Amino acid sequence: MNFELLFQLLLNGLIVGTLYGVVAMCFVLIYKSTQIVNFAQGEFLLIGAWVCYAFLVEMSMPFWLGFLFTLLFMMAFGIILQMVVLRPMIGEPIISVIMVTIGLSIFFQAATKWIFGATTATYPQVFETRSINLLGMQIETAYIMSFVISLFIMAGFYWFFKYSKLGLAMRATAFDQQVAQSLGISVKTVFAMSWAISALVSGIAGIVIGMVNGVSSALSVIGIKVFPAVILGGLDSIVGAIVGGVIIGLLENTAEFVDGQYLNWGNLFSIAPFYVLIIILCIKPYGLFGTKDIERI
Amino acid sequence: MAGFSMRPCGDFRTTYRQDTRIYDTTYIRNAAILGILAVAMIPFVLDGYYVNLFIQISYFAIAALGLNILVGFTGQISLGHAAFFGFGAFASAWINNTTGIPVLLSIPLAGLMTAAVGMLFGLPAARIKGLYLAIATLAAQFILEDFFARAEWFTGGSYGAAANPINVFGYEILDDFSFFYVSLFFLVLMYLLGTNLMRTRDGRAFVAVRDHYLSAEIMGINLTKYRLMSFAISSFYAGVGGAMYGHYLGFVSAEGFTILLSIQFLGMIIIGGLGSVKGTLMGTVFMVLLPEVMESGVSALSVFEWASSTAVTDGLAYIKEMAIGLAIILFLIFEPDGLAHRWQQIRAYWKLYPFSY
Repeated sequence: MNFELLFQLLLNGLIVGTLYGVVAMCFVLIYKSTQIVNFAQGEFLLIGAWVCYAFLVEMSMPFWLGFLFTLLFMMAFGIILQMVVLRPMIGEPIISVIMVTIGLSIFFQAATKWIFGATTATYPQVFETRSINLLGMQIETAYIMSFVISLFIMAGFYWFFKYSKLGLAMRATAFDQQVAQSLGISVKTVFAMSWAISALVSGIAGIVIGMVNGVSSALSVIGIKVFPAVILGGLDSIVGAIVGGVIIGLLENTAEFVDGQYLNWGNLFSIAPFYVLIIILCIKPYGLFGTKDIERI
Repeated sequence: MAGFSMRPCGDFRTTYRQDTRIYDTTYIRNAAILGILAVAMIPFVLDGYYVNLFIQISYFAIAALGLNILVGFTGQISLGHAAFFGFGAFASAWINNTTGIPVLLSIPLAGLMTAAVGMLFGLPAARIKGLYLAIATLAAQFILEDFFARAEWFTGGSYGAAANPINVFGYEILDDFSFFYVSLFFLVLMYLLGTNLMRTRDGRAFVAVRDHYLSAEIMGINLTKYRLMSFAISSFYAGVGGAMYGHYLGFVSAEGFTILLSIQFLGMIIIGGLGSVKGTLMGTVFMVLLPEVMESGVSALSVFEWASSTAVTDGLAYIKEMAIGLAIILFLIFEPDGLAHRWQQIRAYWKLYPFSY
C-alpha cells in the first residue's frame, strides 16, 4: 500500500472538501431562507470565475480590484436574479421551482460557453511560488490559499448569523416567515440578500477553484457535487453542509486511491458520491444534521 | 373550468361510463381520427426533412408521456429520464443482437427491462418524495450514464452498440418513409394506452397520490405500490421511446443520454402542461421544433451583418441551449399550466365569441 500517495490524496480531499463545504453552505443558505432548491449553484461559480477572468485578463486590472468588482457584480447578479426570476415562483409547487433553477442552470452554462468559449482559461499568476513543502509533501500554494479562504468564509458565516442584524433577520425568517414579517423584518429583503450572499460566496469559490484548475465549464460540476454533500449533512443544516462537503471530498479521493491502486475502473472518483447519495437517501433521508419534517393533514 | 363550458348544449351525462370517455364528444373523436389520417399523409405531401422531424417527435413524445405520467399525474419528480431512454435503446439492441428476437418484439421487451431498472431506482421513492426524490433520480442519471460507458457486454462501451432495422413480417424498414408509419403506429398506440390508463382505478390512484399523498394513503391507496408502479410505467414508456430511437438511428452511442436530455424531457412536459396527455404531445412538438426554428431564423437573419458574424454562427449550438433554458423559465413564469391550458383558452374564446363570459 502506498501510504504517501494515500496521505497526499486525503489532504487534497480535505482541501477540496472544504471548498465543497463552502458551496454547500451557500446552497443550504438559499434553501433554508427561501425554500428554493438551487440547481444553478454551480453556474454561480462559473459566472464568478469568468467575470473575474474578464476583469483581470481582458481589462487587465490588478488582482485585488478585479476581485472586488467581481464580488460587487455577483451580489448585484444574485439580487436581480431573485427579483426577476424567483420572486414570481413563490408559492408555486416544488417541481416548478426546481425546473426554474434547472432552466437557469442550462441557460447560464450555455451563455458562458457562448461568451467566453468552451476552452479552459487560466488566470495570470497570483503567487510567486507554485508550491511549498509541508511535512515532506508538495502542496500548491493555491491549495493552501483556498483552504485558508474557505475557513475564513466559514468563520464569516458564523459571525454573520450569530451577531449581525441581517443574519439574525435571516435566521428568524428561516424559522417562521409570518412571525418574522409581523416583527418588522422585510422578508423580501431577506430573500434577495440570501441570494446575493450565496452568489457572492459561490463566486469567490469559483475564483479560488479557477486559480487551481483553470476556468472552464467544468466548474459547474461542483454545483452537482454539492447534492451528495448537502444530503449527507442534512438539507437545512449549515454545519451539516460543511461536514458533508469534507466527507464527500475525502470520499472522492479515497475512491480515487482505491480505483488507481486496485480496481482500475477509471472514473470511480466522480461516480462514488452518487452511490453514497442513493444509500443515504434509502437509510437516512434527512442526513446527519437535518431536521425531520413532520406533516399534518 | 373551460372544459365544462365547452360541452355542446343538451349533452348530459347520466352514467359514470359516459363521464370517463376518452373523447368528450363525438366531434372531438372524429377530429382526432381525421387528424391521425392527415398526419399519415405527411410523407406523400411534404419532403424528407419533415418526415424526419415527425419521427423525432414521435419517439420523444412517447418517452415524454412516460415522464408526464410520473411527474404530472403521480407528482413524483424524475431528473433521470434520459438515462432510462438510453437504457431502452441499449436494451433493445442488446436483446435483438444476442437472442435474435425480432426487433418489433424486442422494443416492448426493452420497455419491460427498462421498467425493471426504473423500479430499482424508484425504490427510494417508497420513502422519500419531492426534492429528495429529484436528487435521487439525479444520482440515477449519473450512475446509469457511468454504467453505459463501462458495461461493454451490454452497450459496447465507448464504441456504442449497433441496432438492426425494424423488420415487419419480412419487410425491412430502412428508409424514413416506412419508419414514419411504424413510429406513427407506436405513437398512437402508446398515447391511447396512456389516456386509457388515466381512466382506470390505477390512474385515479396516481392522481390521488399527486393531490395529497397522506389523504390518499388514508383512503386506502398503497403509496409504495403506486409510486413504484408509476416509476415502472414511466420507465416503460422511456424504454419504448429509446428503443425506437436506437433502431431508427441504427446505432446507439453512450454519449447521447446526458442530463441535458433529461432536462429537455422535463421541459417538454412543462411547456406542454403537467398532467395533460394532449399537452405532452404539444410540448414535444415545441421542444423539437424550437432548435429547428431558431436555425432557420438565424439563416433568415443572415442578411444582416450582425447575424452572419462568427459570434452568432459559431455559437448557434449554445444559443439553442440557451433558448431551451429560457423557454422553460418563461413558461414557468408566464404560463405554468402549459400549452394545453393555452389551447383550452383559445378554443373557449372562439367557441364563446363574442360573449366570452
